[in-house]
Amino acid sequence: MTVTRRQFVKGGVAAFTVTFAAPELFSDLARGQGGRSRNLVVLYLGGGNDSLSMLIPYNDPFYASRRPSLQVPAGQVLQIGTDSSRVALGLHPRLTGLRDIFNQGRLAFIQRTGYPNQSRSHFLGTDIWSTADPNNSQALGWVGRYLDSLPSPVDPLVGWNTTGSLPHVLQAAHTSVPAISNPQTYSFNSPNIGAEMTAERNTAIRIASHVPVNRPELAFVYSSAQEALATLDRVATVATYLPNTYPNTGLGLALRAVAGAMVRNIGTKVFYVTTGGFDTHSNQNVNAANGSYYNLMATLNDALLAFHNDLRNQGLLDDTLVVSFSEFGRRISENSSGASAGTDHGAASVMLVMGGRVQGGIYGTAPNLNPVAGNPTLENNGADVTFETDFRSVYAQVIDGWLGMSSTTLLNGNFRKPGLSFI
Amino acid sequence: MARSSDRYIEHLLRRVGFGARPDELDFYGGMTISDAVEALVNYERIPDTVDANIGRSGFVNVTTRGAFAPQSNIIDARQRWLFRMVHSNRPLQEKMTLFWHNHFATGYTKIAGLFGATEAARYLAAKPSEDPGRVRGQIEMLRDNALGNFRDILVNIAKDTAMVIWLDGYTNTRAKPQENFAREIMELFTVGVGNYTEPDVYAGARVFSGWNLTRPGSLADGSQHYEFFYNPNQHDTGSKTFSFPIYPDGGKTIPARSAAAGMQDGLDLINGLAANPNTGRYLAAKLYWFFVNDVRAANPVDDADPAFVDRLARVYLSSQYDMRAVVREMLLTPQFWDSYFTRYSWPVEYVIRALKDVGWVGFSVNDALTPLSNMGQLLFDPPDVSGWDAGETWFATGAMLARMNFASTIAANQRFNLAARAQFAASSPESFLSFFLDELVTAPLDTATTNDLLNYLRATGAWTGSAAQIQAKAAGLVHLIAGSPEYQLI
Repeated sequence: MTVTRRQFVKGGVAAFTVTFAAPELFSDLARGQGGRSRNLVVLYLGGGNDSLSMLIPYNDPFYASRRPSLQVPAGQVLQIGTDSSRVALGLHPRLTGLRDIFNQGRLAFIQRTGYPNQSRSHFLGTDIWSTADPNNSQALGWVGRYLDSLPSPVDPLVGWNTTGSLPHVLQAAHTSVPAISNPQTYSFNSPNIGAEMTAERNTAIRIASHVPVNRPELAFVYSSAQEALATLDRVATVATYLPNTYPNTGLGLALRAVAGAMVRNIGTKVFYVTTGGFDTHSNQNVNAANGSYYNLMATLNDALLAFHNDLRNQGLLDDTLVVSFSEFGRRISENSSGASAGTDHGAASVMLVMGGRVQGGIYGTAPNLNPVAGNPTLENNGADVTFETDFRSVYAQVIDGWLGMSSTTLLNGNFRKPGLSFI
Repeated sequence: MARSSDRYIEHLLRRVGFGARPDELDFYGGMTISDAVEALVNYERIPDTVDANIGRSGFVNVTTRGAFAPQSNIIDARQRWLFRMVHSNRPLQEKMTLFWHNHFATGYTKIAGLFGATEAARYLAAKPSEDPGRVRGQIEMLRDNALGNFRDILVNIAKDTAMVIWLDGYTNTRAKPQENFAREIMELFTVGVGNYTEPDVYAGARVFSGWNLTRPGSLADGSQHYEFFYNPNQHDTGSKTFSFPIYPDGGKTIPARSAAAGMQDGLDLINGLAANPNTGRYLAAKLYWFFVNDVRAANPVDDADPAFVDRLARVYLSSQYDMRAVVREMLLTPQFWDSYFTRYSWPVEYVIRALKDVGWVGFSVNDALTPLSNMGQLLFDPPDVSGWDAGETWFATGAMLARMNFASTIAANQRFNLAARAQFAASSPESFLSFFLDELVTAPLDTATTNDLLNYLRATGAWTGSAAQIQAKAAGLVHLIAGSPEYQLI
């Protein structure tokens, strides 16, 4: 890695705050340098991403033999170099935008991320990745715990969930995150107009203000109404951010809203976005345009590229970090042949980190796909990829290096991994 | 107007149905509670003629785009189901159909992506009488078996075309077993997570190898369709061993069988799963969250009321998996009756109850579809195979706003009907409010909230009871009550 301007700026700002210890000045300075506040965008790839089709060890002879129907021909992968074990890797051919971002040094892939005895259940698996606690999958979300740690009072828009219901990763003890899937419909309607409408709205706000603390099931609904009414006006400013550069997909529109929130500077620190369909048990089709995995890559690529370029043009890229996760990777061997071929639930997968201050590159080593006994990169009799980097080590880096918290506190343990320094 | 016994009847109908129309309140309100329970549970005694009323005046509207085609158009299928929820005289049948739809959550979008929109709607929602190939869609199968035998439901669902596509059974072959259905039948449909192992999943995939699809019928008359087909050539004939008993004698190994006889493997596994005590506990817990109280704690099975779970799980086993016996038992539990307004309404429950309370004449259920989606519930398209998360998760801020905004929509739509009904109570804000709090029963309101509502009626000018004032305030008040947190509980 070459030393970049980004690193220099980062170091310079840190030194500056220590000297002056003046938050307002820091804020002004950050703005002057194109920065506002740091944003974390958590991206969930729902269903279990077949990372072997996203970041492809295209020269591994067992890739071809174990994926007769689902292999991307070596000549078509987007080569991005080799990892530290000298395995040549290429991106899925539809990821041209991500390849460009990678080449600009703003995208990191962390290979073989997972945890011991990885769950193959969607639901338990998602819970574990969300809590960062394989032993207590019903704990609060790791991002939720971060939000809980912020000094109160916490702004009701500190987080923004672009889906309809609260994902586990954002579950917190005393911080709620609004669900704003579409800023345009996030409004207060009324059957009346004028003064009657105003009176209704004022009444709704007043009712929501006296939360019945002795009736917890009801209090929850009250706080949701209260929070909705309290955030309407700021969200309305985001609703007018409508650049036409985003693809018309769920992920594209969600990331447009995220960019809008950043551009309007409404103060949100954490965003959650998702795109689904990765549970490719059948008809996975990685090659044909409109093949199902091909489409997944198109959705991912086009939305992330539009987001990246928008933030770059707005000078917000250095303030943004996108981190992806998925509940598991998929079985190495395909489960059928021909057009219907798919892959079943597997183990370790690839995480993706993108942002202006990311030290781009390929982290970790690729699996060796030879199903021979004793291959340390595989498990389950050679059926699945085994993890090399605990996913909590990736979270630890994000927490320590980006959120400015202590990862050992937030993760209840030291998962820092030497050499894993993508921020 | 509410009568003294209505509190119990209304509770019963909110839970086993979708609230109460005035005629339902009259019908069940004239019975003792135990007679009402028997009438609801033995719903076959009541004729099922509701679909014939679609399009007739006096009923909620549907919106047609050309011919109304619920057997081949998913929007129409959604409209038909919402219509049934409003007007069926068998509320428990519709409620259990929703329960099973969530339990065996199957999504339209994936099926449509693979087989096309028309076919997907067909396999989910067609009635045999309206399909040229006599296809019975999944929801019709579940409705037919709403209080049926759970083992039979499992066999039906394993052979259900939509399910075989949804969980990829159609690609499950001898050489390449497919794990999706095998995993979910254990994790989500029967014993629950923690009560099976990964090797069980792999064995289960082999058990269901060859449970594929075939395509009989003719293209010319439109009868051609996919349906379940056991393909002996694609069945793995070897023995399969599980970590839990498959047979009554405790045997855990399904023996090797000839390919021709191999379909019995799947039936054996289903029998074993149906008979597993963990299945009874899992279903009892799901019934608890669905019918009693969903102020949900961490573990879905362990955190349901243990006495309730034990009681229903016992009846599940002693009745040989008869869901009618299980649900009847549920309606006799103190937990059911002591849980007044302790459950978060699902979006469809909220919408249908609001229609029943506020009025439906002149409203089309089509105009509830986008609001329902914004509230987080699109029928026939659950988020994944585990169904909707339910409970508190329905009340994310955006979804709460969608509920408040639906209240606004229906209040505006029914403005003149509401004003006419409230005319006799318009002498004062107090009588006006008390009329509407009888019409839209909510969880108990704090004094502060009723004062806020009274202040709303007095805001913007003195109370005169004029027609214009009543029309504005009736709509505004219904908006505020139906959009209140208390109205979201059932």
